[in-house]
Amino acid sequence: MFLDKTIHQLVEDYSKNPSATQDMLKELLERVGDLNSKLNVYLDFGETNESFVRNQVESLQKSKPSGRLWGVPIAIKDNLCIQGQETACASHILSGFVSPYDATVISKLKAEGAVLIPRVNMDEFAFGSSTENSAFGRTCNPWNLSHVPGGSSGGSAAAVAADLAAASLGSDTGGSIRQPASFCGVVGLKPTYGRVSRYGLVAFASSLDQIGPLTKDVKDAALLLSIIAGEDPKDSTSAPMDVPDYLAALHGDVKGLKVGIPEEYFGEGTDPDVRKAMDKAIDVCTQLGMQCAKVKMPHTPYAVATYYVVATAEASSNLARYDGVKYGTRVQEQGSSLIDMYLASRTQGFGKETQRRVVLGTYVLSQGYYDDYYLKGQKVRTLIRQDFEKAFESFDVLLAPTSPTAAFAEGERSQDPLQMYLSDICTISANLAGVPAISLPCGLTEKGLPIGMQFFAPAFCEDRLFKAAHAYEQATEWHTLKPAFKE
Amino acid sequence: MAEYEMVIGLEVHLQLKTQTKLFCGCPAAFGGEPNSHTCPVCLGLPGVLPVFNEQVFEWGMRVALAFNCEIAPRMKFDRKQYFYPDLPKGYQISQFDQPLAQKGYLDIVDAKGNPKRIRIHRMHIEEDAGKLMHDNHATSSLVDLNRAGVPLIEMVSEADMRDAHEAYQYLTGLKSAIQYLDVSTCNMEEGSLRCDTNVSIRPVGQEAFGNKVEIKNLNSFRSVKLALEYERQRQIGMADQGIRIPQETRLWDEKKQVTESMRSKEEASDYRYFPEPDLVPFTVDAAVVESVRKNLPELPAQKAERFQKEYELSAYDADVLTQQKNIAEFFEQAIAAYAKPKPIANWLMGDVSAYLNAQGLTIESVNFKPEWLGQLVELIDKGTISGKIAKDVLNKMLEQGQSPAKIVEQEGLQQIGDADSLAAVAAEVIEAHPKVVDEFRAGKESSLMFLVGQGMRKTKGRANPKQLTDALKQKLG
Repeated sequence: MFLDKTIHQLVEDYSKNPSATQDMLKELLERVGDLNSKLNVYLDFGETNESFVRNQVESLQKSKPSGRLWGVPIAIKDNLCIQGQETACASHILSGFVSPYDATVISKLKAEGAVLIPRVNMDEFAFGSSTENSAFGRTCNPWNLSHVPGGSSGGSAAAVAADLAAASLGSDTGGSIRQPASFCGVVGLKPTYGRVSRYGLVAFASSLDQIGPLTKDVKDAALLLSIIAGEDPKDSTSAPMDVPDYLAALHGDVKGLKVGIPEEYFGEGTDPDVRKAMDKAIDVCTQLGMQCAKVKMPHTPYAVATYYVVATAEASSNLARYDGVKYGTRVQEQGSSLIDMYLASRTQGFGKETQRRVVLGTYVLSQGYYDDYYLKGQKVRTLIRQDFEKAFESFDVLLAPTSPTAAFAEGERSQDPLQMYLSDICTISANLAGVPAISLPCGLTEKGLPIGMQFFAPAFCEDRLFKAAHAYEQATEWHTLKPAFKE
Repeated sequence: MAEYEMVIGLEVHLQLKTQTKLFCGCPAAFGGEPNSHTCPVCLGLPGVLPVFNEQVFEWGMRVALAFNCEIAPRMKFDRKQYFYPDLPKGYQISQFDQPLAQKGYLDIVDAKGNPKRIRIHRMHIEEDAGKLMHDNHATSSLVDLNRAGVPLIEMVSEADMRDAHEAYQYLTGLKSAIQYLDVSTCNMEEGSLRCDTNVSIRPVGQEAFGNKVEIKNLNSFRSVKLALEYERQRQIGMADQGIRIPQETRLWDEKKQVTESMRSKEEASDYRYFPEPDLVPFTVDAAVVESVRKNLPELPAQKAERFQKEYELSAYDADVLTQQKNIAEFFEQAIAAYAKPKPIANWLMGDVSAYLNAQGLTIESVNFKPEWLGQLVELIDKGTISGKIAKDVLNKMLEQGQSPAKIVEQEGLQQIGDADSLAAVAAEVIEAHPKVVDEFRAGKESSLMFLVGQGMRKTKGRANPKQLTDALKQKLG
């Protein structure tokens, strides 16, 4: 089998037998055939997408292996533009939109010889925490099909967990990589804001969005970040900083590493199983020589509210371009006016949650409300960033659960938006502060669902995340567990 | 009935003639096949990001500093949000609360000939929208996004103007200085300079402003003037009848020469401005501002002042000569060839301009070298040609693209000034008009003028009239 392997193992296999990419392809298509109808990971995986994947493998065969991802199948979230491929953010409003250009991260993966698998399911426009908001049906959690995979990169996490790809690229605006990674028992990294170019990522909230990898282990996450990170002249918010050798960082010494445990991340709603798993994880870290101690992050309780002001404001603006004029869905009756066309296209093209967020964002930017909401939100955001700065004066990294609970059941929260929004309580602050965080498996609930924990580091200190996470991973076996596909 | 005055403020949109657009690498040039100057960024496709064209920042500062503005210490962009098919992103990247520059001014001359300062409230950078074409189809409109993302500077004046003349002066002054800066084609027909007018009336002596009417669709400075004059009549007419003037936007109809209501301001939209998160604000380096200021060219007002001092020209002459940069430069090159500013200025503003205007040409589009104009005046001063002949020489120079010496030689137009030739002419005239000669000898002084006239005619105007008179007097002695 190929698809159960990490990138590193796969690359090593290929180095011995380059023609094995053909076998990998066969296996991939078989697995997709077997599992995709159950899981709904890949949208629209018909002839077009199959031949797109096949052609990539075939063109690799024409040259010698080169590149760090040669022949490695990587699942691409449906909000990353691939030239010549449909990119629709799991939304009806973009149906039929074929991107004429590659996102910067896609060009980088291509340059390393990766085999891209397009259109991984997600919450529409990344609005959600369960992948139930996809216009094309929910994705199931490979560990228990009646449970959600998390979101919005639920398809990406499920693809990696179910061995439907070696790794995946997702995007994280408020936890959209880390929370599904924790729900599906894989590794998920949200890089520092500005670390990875956003060019070609269909924008949700521009000041929060980051692209990051979902992988089977920490080492693969380090490799993928090394490849996709770096300044991009096409993205003014990408940081003009060199990219360090993240793989070298994996083996750093963790003895004496100061780990802060923010109390606020263990609040009332925390599942007892998660609490237990975290206690054990802290023990492991301590045994590894890390110095764990409690830290206060007093503005954490305001993070969710702040996020839903700032993120929806930006989203309402970023989604204004989907107006039925240039591409995607246009709904127009004979003789109707321009405004009728706008209203019909956006009402029918956008799902319910998208409409809710656009309306909310429009409201908080409106005259008379801007100061009370958006401006206030930005001020609280500064306070949250200062919480992190202060904590990092005393600690090298912070450690917390990725989510207060493991994966919840389908439909459990989708009728109650507030409850759903609270799923992101542990992840949102990192986006507001712009700092990097990595989620990795650290246990199972009594019901056998994965639990994830996350490390946070100061901006542009991803190397510290890899060092701490890798040390923990090597000392445990959670990352080697495979899902049960329980019906 | 009360006496009213107008209160006018102008909003000018200036397209910069940069190579590329404000946030992408597409050509910013006017024209092209519809949608040929476009890319994913200016089409507003999903996932694209803007990258700021630094040239616009420098040129924007040039414009701002030329009008004595203060440059903001920090550059920041905002999104102005509204839905329209010519706006591909659903928002325009503009500047809201921290514009590029503020508090500038332009000095003009009012209708009575007195200097007047018009304050400039603010200038900011923004991107242009595309164009809708409604004429091609009965049931649909087409969108051309070539113009989408072309850099604009919006200049907002204070409501300091009180009549159409002042608005016209402000606009010509603005255009003149901008052309000196070489940052825009300032072509109203192509839309590289656009002007919206805000106008109200109030009884003379009243502080408070009346209801503001915005006039759009003004395609020339002349139409600004006409629309303002029309609007003055219309609003005063209403006020005199006791009708409240509604706040609204009106369109100037060039054919009918009237303004017509377009929409009332009551429906005004909320643009939901907020800081553009895709662009990083930056601090403006004071040293950079100073270097831009230092490198500003001499501007029309400064040049006019220098012309008055250096060349002893009148204020009027200096203003006319400096309004267009190319004319001012032509003038200085002409006087470098022959240092007689006043007659050269007269020729340039008189016969040369008249010819160019009549033919619809510009000083660059004809083959007419500045030194030739100097040489022409020199030929007159030396007596080689008369002033009258010089007019013909000039027209031939402009038509044929030749130096005055060449034209004079080709056409044999030199003045006849040598004594022998003139004596011969005088003799011929005397012989041909014995009767007149008799009358002169009998004391009729005016007969001499007739004989001089005949001599001039004989020489096709080339004879030096004074010398010919002397020669005749001598012969008739």
